[in-house]
Formats: sequence, C-alpha cells, structure tokens
Amino acid sequence: MKRNWSRAAAAAAAATMVLTACGGEDDVPVLTWYINPDDGGQQALAQQCTDEAEGAYRIQTSLLPNDAPAQREQLARRLAAGDSSLDIMSIDPPFIPELAEPGFLAPVPEDVAERTTEDTLEGALAGAMWNDELVTVPFWANTQILWYRESVAEAAGLDFSEPVTWDDLIEAARDQGKYLSIQGIRAESMTVWVNSLMESQGESILVDPSAGAEELETNLESEAGQRTAEIISTIGSEQLAGPGVASLDENQSMLMFQRDNGSFMVNWPFVWPATNAAAEEGSVDADLPDDIGWAEYPRVDPDIPAAPPLGGINLGVGAESEHPELAFEAIECIVRPENQTEYFLTNGNPPSSASAFDDPAIEEDFPMAETIRDALDHAAPRPQTPYYNEISESIQLNFTPVSGVDAERTPANTAQYILDVLRGERLL
Amino acid sequence: MSTAAVPATKRGVKAGKPVKSQRTKAEARLGWMLAGPAFVVMLAVTAYPIAQATFDSLFSYRLTTPDEREFIFLDNYLLLFSDWTFWRAFLVTLLITLVTVAIELVLGFALALVMHRALKALRGALRTAILVPYAIITVVSAFAWYFMFDINSGFVNNWFSWVPGISADLDWFGNTWTALSIIMAAEIWKTTPFIALLLLAGLAQVPGELVEAAKVDGATRSQQFTRVIIPNMKAAIMVAVLFRALDAFRIFDSVFVMTGGDQNTEVLALLAYRQSISRLEIGLGSAVSVVLFACVLLMCFIAVKLFKVDLASGTDQSQAKAKKGGAEQ
Repeated sequence: MKRNWSRAAAAAAAATMVLTACGGEDDVPVLTWYINPDDGGQQALAQQCTDEAEGAYRIQTSLLPNDAPAQREQLARRLAAGDSSLDIMSIDPPFIPELAEPGFLAPVPEDVAERTTEDTLEGALAGAMWNDELVTVPFWANTQILWYRESVAEAAGLDFSEPVTWDDLIEAARDQGKYLSIQGIRAESMTVWVNSLMESQGESILVDPSAGAEELETNLESEAGQRTAEIISTIGSEQLAGPGVASLDENQSMLMFQRDNGSFMVNWPFVWPATNAAAEEGSVDADLPDDIGWAEYPRVDPDIPAAPPLGGINLGVGAESEHPELAFEAIECIVRPENQTEYFLTNGNPPSSASAFDDPAIEEDFPMAETIRDALDHAAPRPQTPYYNEISESIQLNFTPVSGVDAERTPANTAQYILDVLRGERLL
Repeated sequence: MSTAAVPATKRGVKAGKPVKSQRTKAEARLGWMLAGPAFVVMLAVTAYPIAQATFDSLFSYRLTTPDEREFIFLDNYLLLFSDWTFWRAFLVTLLITLVTVAIELVLGFALALVMHRALKALRGALRTAILVPYAIITVVSAFAWYFMFDINSGFVNNWFSWVPGISADLDWFGNTWTALSIIMAAEIWKTTPFIALLLLAGLAQVPGELVEAAKVDGATRSQQFTRVIIPNMKAAIMVAVLFRALDAFRIFDSVFVMTGGDQNTEVLALLAYRQSISRLEIGLGSAVSVVLFACVLLMCFIAVKLFKVDLASGTDQSQAKAKKGGAEQ
C-alpha cells in the first residue's frame, strides 16, 4: 500500500515537471485568438503573423461555436467573468455594441485605428463603431447580393443590368412557377432580411439605436415597416419560397436555388464557391454555374438604392487581456489588405478594405467581386444597440412563420413586443 | 434525492430505535464516514448552485450591465406567472411529460415481458437490441430524428407519401402538432428502454411460486397478470414512472435541436436557457430555473406522499414491506 502511494506521488511530481518544462520552453507571450469556424484561413493567418513577429508574440487560436448568436454567448460570458485569455476575438458586428457598452473591449489605440481603417469600405466601417468611436478593427466584411438563374430571368423577361425590385422578383417567380430563395427560418437571417428591407426604404428599425432600454423606440409602425411586412407576407402566403420556407436558412435556400425550381436568391457570396464545388463533385449539374448571374441586392422602391445586409467579422481585444499592445500589433498584421485578399481567395470571405479587392486573382475566382464591393459600400448594419439580441429575437418571433406575417398587424405587434421585452414586462 | 446519502439515512433510522447496541452505533458511524464525502460533494455541486440561483432570481441582473443589478424581490416571478409565454411552455412541458410517460409505460411493459419471457439463447441479444436507443446520446438521436423528417433532407416524406396526409410538401417542423409529435416520438423511442429495464427488474422480483400458486388455483393468464404480477411490481412501476416523469419534465435537447422552440414547442428548460444564456438575463433565467426545480420537487412530493413510491425498493426492509403490501391486495 505504502509503495503504491509513493509511486503515485512520484508520478504526479514527474507530470508536474513535464508540464512546467513545456510551459517554460520559451518566454514568448501567447496571444489567444478566439475565431469563428472557417476553412482554416484564420489559423493560417495566426501562423503567418506569429512567424512575422519573430518571437515578439505567438498567436494561438481557439474555436468558437458555429453560429453567431452562440459565439456571442460564449464571448459575453467570458468577458463578463473577466477572462484574461481573450486577447483577440473575432466578433460579428451586430453584437459589438453590447460588448463595447459595459467596457468589455479594450480601446483601439488611435494610431492603430488610423492605420487599419485607411481604406475600409463604408458599410464595414460603420459596423465597427459604437458611440462614434472605433471599438473593433474591421477584418472581413460580408454582404448579400442577388443571384439569379439566367434561364429563368430570360423566360421572365427580367433585365438585370438595371436594378430590379422585390416586386419584379415576386412577379417573375409567380409567373414562372419557380421558388424564390430567401431565408424564412426563425433565425438571425430573418432580422438581416427585415433590416435590409427597412434600410432600403431609407428607414432604420430603431429611431435612436444608442437609447437606453427604457427609451428605445422603433420605426416599425411606419409606412416602411408595413411595406417590409407586405413583401415578406406576399412571399409567405403565396408559398413563393416553396413548402419548406420555415426551415430555409442560407444553406437550404442555396440548395433550393440549385434545383430545377430555383429562380432568384438573396444570399452571401459563399454560395459561389459552394455551387462550383458541387458542380465539380457532380452533386449538381456541371453547367449549373454557367446559368448563374448576379446583380445588386433588390430594391424596395425603384428610385432608392438598396441597402444590402452587412455581415463579416471584426477583431476586438478583451479589456482584461494581459497583452493589449501586442494584441493590437497582431491585429494590424492580420488585417493587412494583402492578408484580406488571401483570406477571400482561400476562404471566400470578402475583404473590408477597398484596396484588397484590387488583386487580379480575385476577379478570376470571384467574377462578382465588383458587385460585392459596391454592395459593401452601400450595406447597412443591423441596429447598433446593446439590446440587439432582444430586438433581433423579437423580430424573428414575430416575422416567422412568413406565411403568418400580416402587413397591417405584424409591424405594430413587433414594435410593441420589443418595447415590452426591453421594459421587462414580458418574456422572450 | 442523493442516492449516496440513502444508506446513511437508512442506517440512521435503524439507529433511532430505542435500543442502540455498540454495534449499531459503530455501523452508523461507519455509514456516515463512507457516505460523508459524497454527501459533502453533493452539497457543493447541487445545494450551492440551487441556493445561488434562488438568490439571483430576486434580482434584475443582466450579465452585460453588471452595474445596473438591482434587488426586485419577487418581480421576476410575477412577470413569469403573468406571461402567457411561460404558461404555454409549462403546458407544452406537461403535455410532453404525460404523453411520453404514458406511452413509454405501455411499450416498456411489453418490452419487459418480451425480455423476461425470451428464450435463454435469445435473451442477451434481445436485451442489447432493446437497450441500444437508450445508449445513444440525446442530441445525436434528436439530430437523427430531425434529419429523418426534415423537409429538405428527410426520407420520411418520400417513403411514406402513400399515407394520407403525408406528401413531399409536408413540413413536419412547420406546424405545432406535427413538430410536437416528432419530438415526443423521439423521446419515446429513446427512453422506453429505460422504463423497460426498470420494469424487467420488477418482473424478476415477482416470486415464481406466487404465479405457480395462482395457476394451481385456476387463475387465467390475465388474472395472473393483473392480480399477481402487477401488484407485486407496484414499487418498480412507480419508481419507473416517477424517474421517467422527472426526466421528461426536464426535456431540452430534442426541442432545442429540432425546432429551437419554434411553432409554440418551447418547453420550460428551453425558456430558462433562452433567458439566462441567450439574453444573459441572469435574474429572469434563474427564476425560470427555480420554478422548473419547484415543479420537479412537487412531482417527487406527490409521488412519494400520495402514491407512496418507495425509493429504497430492493433493500431488505422495503422488500419485506412490498411483500406485505402485495399480500394484502
């Protein structure tokens, strides 16, 4: 018995020694970068910038959950608990105010802000701000454009060299008996859609996004809100998005677009590499990519330019980080325009910097890069408020199922719902 | 409910009798020493979080606005009880509990009988086959069911399109009742083996001579079943039902994976999750959790006091009691 004890103690001591040996291998500060899942691009950038730092720091990545709300949950909980390992974080823009407001994010030094936003596209820059201050550094920016099947467009007589409206698309899909690929699932994508429809009419969902929970007011009960609900309700009630509209997320709507009854789709640029890969693999027709065209996001009013959705990832530094200077140094390395170009080419995520689009290789892989770039200049962020999650979930609850949306009642109900939730008068 | 604490209290009861021999005292001490560490651990990992949640539920506390934390006493509970969202989640949870436990009890009984009566050669394989669903992780089973019925990837619409009401255009998760049926089916499929296993243990406890005696007295098969077997299994049945009901009431995974609470399928555990994890409203979320816990406690209380479920069944003492109870009936 005694021998066993001493043996165990020796083993434990040996293990401790091995561990300390590992930790003390070098004195290079380790920066942890919490990344959203991608095709390995962020990991590669971490490696590249570690090499370039020549021993000043080492970036180690740590993977966040799959969807943006779950990423927010993890980051918010860690930040609230004062986790010092949050050196660099990949943050989805709508959740930035919630993290910036309580001071969870380290301030971006002025010189870093200046250098990293020299040629940032307007939409992307707007998403990185809170209270008129840059609180994160734009890394890559995402937006939706309109994808169409050339065969269907031709049959419907739609000319995509001119801006088209939602009404045009609805009519064409109705006439041709095809399905419109929108995102009808109860998820973040519903808020993305509602926000773009509102912004495309020059209205925002919130009157003053920086107002406190008690004072927030919405614009949903306006004419723009009704028009928004009308478009969604027409598509829903006439089943123009197919029978499975309640489970159409970005991926499912792409799959529907690829099938024979696909017609028009609003979606992020990932659909292009994904469709090409599917065509090569043989899971869809090999000549399907040739039938796909693209144009600017559909307008609501023919005379007002559309405000496409804005997505992407910005990089923030945790307020409790032990190496904020090094973290910003690393961020400057990560977001260099040539790295953004590389990231677009390898992972399909568009740059936030204008000059990163200049590389000729981009035009080759993403012939629609010009359209994406223009869209990013007009893209409108979702409401920038610390209560974004509540507002988004209220919109999702009220605007799904899309077949149940009512042009008159839904906007007013949603507005009331949001106010009740924010004032603590109802559950969500 | 600490199982580890059961032997200790049982011995404590024994020691409460008027005559305490040296030996019983020593046994009681040994009992506490053996169960003590587990008891302390249970307190640390269950009692403490429960107390903390109860405390937090009295505050308006949002994780991202720590400075605005405010004591509001029972306001969170008032909000809950005055909100239809809560009552809807409560009713959906109750419905799922009642339906799944009832169906599982019937199916579980049938499976237990099959396992009990099966030929010796088949018994091992049969038991394994029946237990497989129970060994599957709930999230995995939920995804399997989800993908089976999903309108985009599922094969059910395709295979069963000849059944009236099922067509390629049927979105199972786009409607409350179809969505709930699948959630319940997934639960039943997965946990029936658990009930079957507990009932099988109960069946094995029924003394063979009692059934023999009934046969000799001319009892028919159904009489043997209702008059001899079931009364002798009462303890096992009640324990199975209670455990399963407590488990079913806390349903989360299947709903989370399949609908995420859409189409009015939200259950209490999901409601708590959405308040404390998604909204980061620690106070409100804690209040939902406390209510959920109170419901579970209430169910336990009803079962133990009203239906006299003996949680220590199988020990010497309760077996003697059960035999007595069985004989009385």
